[in-house]
Amino acid sequence: MDYALLAFYVFAAAAVMSAVAVISVRNMVQAALFLVLTFFTVACTWILAGAEFLGIALVLVYVGAVMVLFLFVVMMLDIDLVRIREGYVRYLPVGLLVAVVMLGEMFVLIGVKARMATPFGVNAASAATAGDVPNTTWLARALFTDFLLPFEVAAVILTIAVVAAVMLTLRRRVGAKHQNPMDQARVRAADRFRMVKMDATVKPVEPAPEEEAKP
Amino acid sequence: MIALETGLSLGHYLALGAALFCISLAGIFLNRKNVIVLLMSIELLLLAVNINFVAFSRELGDAAGQVFVFFILTVAAAEAAIGLAILVTLFRNRRTIDVADIDTLKG
Repeated sequence: MDYALLAFYVFAAAAVMSAVAVISVRNMVQAALFLVLTFFTVACTWILAGAEFLGIALVLVYVGAVMVLFLFVVMMLDIDLVRIREGYVRYLPVGLLVAVVMLGEMFVLIGVKARMATPFGVNAASAATAGDVPNTTWLARALFTDFLLPFEVAAVILTIAVVAAVMLTLRRRVGAKHQNPMDQARVRAADRFRMVKMDATVKPVEPAPEEEAKP
Repeated sequence: MIALETGLSLGHYLALGAALFCISLAGIFLNRKNVIVLLMSIELLLLAVNINFVAFSRELGDAAGQVFVFFILTVAAAEAAIGLAILVTLFRNRRTIDVADIDTLKG
């Protein structure tokens, strides 16, 4: 058993145990922290498989951003844990049954034993025929040539998600004073003041008739 | 870069992915009342699928699998953001996140 295989077994065991902890611990903050551990160990197994860029991206995107978001929400909401745990024991047998049967079926279907017999070939990115490029370069060549349009669409999806999340949680408070940029930009001079033509109330004094021509 | 001679195989990764998938499926069954743990289980399901994509990408030497994982990560992040925003709005309006209490559409 070589070093990579040994490391994989350790990471896989850690990932499975922390995943079990995610769905079984009572405290939701602890569940979120165990989810962080699961993501991190899975990222380690991806790096073992030669997908370095995705491993780092998983740590950055999930552990760095999404899980912090989860933790914020969990700590912001004041949740009654006793009520929320009702039914856990009632569904435990059927949940376990479905999960175990499904796991057995998957193992039979994919033929785990036979697939474990033939190890991975040489990494396609670092093979001599591919020019021995790093995984990130290899991935970027595919991403920015064949998948350029989906890449742009993904950027649009993220932007829309941010706008939607802000719009969903935005709350108009009564009595708070806001500026309305739309109204500010649309304003014209005619909206602000009105020119009124009116007669003068005091008659202008007629200037005295001119005296003789100045010397 | 040195090509490591390793005993790792596709089967190892498929087994890990299947195990994580079944665990998170059981989590959806068990935590039916808690929307936050439901969202976490969905994230785990997506992660299990991503493991399969990475493994097959390595096995077949095709970058498309890893590019697809990239897109799944993008969509999953967007889904988590919007899901949590809906959750915050829901809690603000109803003071609960119990799924059994959210039955306004029942009629």
